[in-house]
Amino acid sequence: MSDLEQFRTQTRAWLEENCPQAMRTPMNRETDACWGGRNWVFQNDDQKLWLERMAAKGWTAPSWPKQYGGAGLSRAEDKVLQQEMKSIGARPALLSFGIWMLGPALLKFGSEEQKMRYLPEICRGEIRWCQGYSEPNAGSDLAALATKCEDISDSGGDHFLVNGSKVWTSYADQADWIFCLVRTDNTGKKHHGISFVLFDMESEGVTTKPIKLISGRSPFCETFFEDVKVPKENLVGERDKGWNIAKYLLTHEREMIGDSGNLKPLAQMVAEMGVTPDAALQAKITEVSIDEWAFAQTMSRMLAEAKAGASLGAKSSFLKYYGTELNKRRYEVMMDAAGYDGLEWESDRSNDGQLARLWLRTKGNSIEGGTSEVQLNIIAKHILELPNTA
Amino acid sequence: MGLLLTDDEKMLQESAEGFFADKSPVSQLRALRDDCDANGYSKELWAEMAEMGFTGVLVSEENGGFDMGFMAAGLVAEQMGRNLSASPFLSTSVLAATALKHAGDDVAAKMLPQIVSGNMTVSLAVDEGAKHNPDGIEMTANPSGNGFKLSGKKSMVVDGHVADQVIVAAQTESGLTLFVVPADASGLDTERTIMVDSRNAARMNFEDVEVTGEQVLGEVGKGAEILTAVLNAGRAVLAAEMLGASSHVFEATNEYLKERKQFGKIIGEFQALQHRLAHLYCELELARTAVYAALTALDKNPKSAGPFVSMAKAKLGSVAKLAALEAVQLHGGMGMTDELDIGLYLKRIRVAQELLGDASFHMYQINK
Repeated sequence: MSDLEQFRTQTRAWLEENCPQAMRTPMNRETDACWGGRNWVFQNDDQKLWLERMAAKGWTAPSWPKQYGGAGLSRAEDKVLQQEMKSIGARPALLSFGIWMLGPALLKFGSEEQKMRYLPEICRGEIRWCQGYSEPNAGSDLAALATKCEDISDSGGDHFLVNGSKVWTSYADQADWIFCLVRTDNTGKKHHGISFVLFDMESEGVTTKPIKLISGRSPFCETFFEDVKVPKENLVGERDKGWNIAKYLLTHEREMIGDSGNLKPLAQMVAEMGVTPDAALQAKITEVSIDEWAFAQTMSRMLAEAKAGASLGAKSSFLKYYGTELNKRRYEVMMDAAGYDGLEWESDRSNDGQLARLWLRTKGNSIEGGTSEVQLNIIAKHILELPNTA
Repeated sequence: MGLLLTDDEKMLQESAEGFFADKSPVSQLRALRDDCDANGYSKELWAEMAEMGFTGVLVSEENGGFDMGFMAAGLVAEQMGRNLSASPFLSTSVLAATALKHAGDDVAAKMLPQIVSGNMTVSLAVDEGAKHNPDGIEMTANPSGNGFKLSGKKSMVVDGHVADQVIVAAQTESGLTLFVVPADASGLDTERTIMVDSRNAARMNFEDVEVTGEQVLGEVGKGAEILTAVLNAGRAVLAAEMLGASSHVFEATNEYLKERKQFGKIIGEFQALQHRLAHLYCELELARTAVYAALTALDKNPKSAGPFVSMAKAKLGSVAKLAALEAVQLHGGMGMTDELDIGLYLKRIRVAQELLGDASFHMYQINK
């Protein structure tokens, strides 16, 4: 038996023994997903137990090094773990911007001290993070961000002072800490003078205000900073050079948002709705299905082509663009399939308009994390090497 | 083809434009939604629409109406679409008023004047499943005494929960038949359904609902022909509403591209975005033509208007969707907020796409 096969056998046995039955059912309600954090109220004992067991195993962040709370799994082993979890319908033990976003940035740019301080508690789901990137006047043009971060050591302080505001901050109202892009210098070009800092959302001067979306939900917030004191050791990487970290994270985020590899195929989603497609609907489903298949295969090919662990660079913009537009198409067809039933907004029958709300939510996929237009610009500029427009 | 508006039609268009912008802007729908209004529309607005003569636009003069025709009805609906105005206009003044033209003199004389005065709301109950399918009606009307007993389920009955009367399509031994049933009839159970567009709809369950021969609309077994005429009227007027809604989001997006700054520029300076909006402009011009052609065809000869109506509903099904999706995307994150009205238009357009047949349904009709 190969090492990988052995790993699979062991993993299967461990999951069988340790994944509570209640954590093997589909996640239907928002509280079914565990986000952790200081204020997290576990839905039940099983959710808590599942997180503790997975964290102890290092499997909430399987590919991270062991000393930081991960399990040091190879990409292949990580994939096996995901497959085995999927095959028993296991829920992820923890959803976490700390794992998806901050962790990769700290692993690459953080000091040893920062890694030891923040990564293990992320893996254990003890601290919930949010991302402070966009500002009202810095959306697609993110580098125009203006949240001011002043070094006040001249006046005897040992900290920075942060003033400004962020928008589209996911779950800022529920997060414990924020990783935040701030402006430490505005005398040069806009990409210079950006820094990457971490601070506690309970710091004095931080306020959040949820934004109601067209789906009726409020996953995003406006976040305001007024004279927020940030200890100097919370600066990640070099001062004024935070744009490199931001770019790295954006690339990472794009790959993640574009990753539809784990999505249930449209044909299956429609079948589970109990709909028998007529010829016209079947044609629409098939058209999307072909692209679902080709996109998933393309993503595998690109990942295989990239050197192990290397970033896809500008190709991540392709994945982000195509993956999110494809997801929008999937939900349009699902709405077509559901017909009048899918238009109900408040009823038990429709699970409180679940499909309609998800359909509306997907409209943001091609906006958040860099709009489709921004991705196409990156493709045109960096892959096609077309000249800049005047 | 009368694609240019006559002076009378232009006058009507202008008065409808001012009326709905003034009396029923989008904020009204928002308030109805946020207050969980029991009626789902403003009764004051409906009364004022009656004063304006909009309620009786398709009703003959002998029944107290103004007999202005389908183009006029479409022009009114277009303005309602621009403002997302909620009212029983489509259900009562278009679908029911068209159906009642085929009713006996007594029924027509009893109901139509009340529709014109705004004192009666009437729904049309056709669909039973998740998609528009007037050829698949299974509800039964079994003979009972001198009349029938109706049994079955209806879905997506627009304004069903606020209707005084319901026009129901059911199968008799001799074929499809339309019946006029009081909403409070024994055995009729109505459940309001809250929809994504915050507009009125209901599910209805008929269990041995007794009707007499006098409640038959037209003749027993001859309902299919009437129903087609009624549905076509509704489809064309709904397409006009979609035209208004998509024109509005197009204009709002055009304005936004002139305001929003990124990368030190007005984003409307970016040629890629200019082309997106220019393309939408072209599609909307075709959409307008298709809608006016359908309304004109109905005014000339309803019997041969079917393909024009289906072309219009299919075209608007795709163009209105494009307009709504482009509006959200080009407004960026703001387009995703409930604070802006764009989302309300996206939702209404989605419902209007489905209602009375989506683009696929109507493409099939054209090829049938």
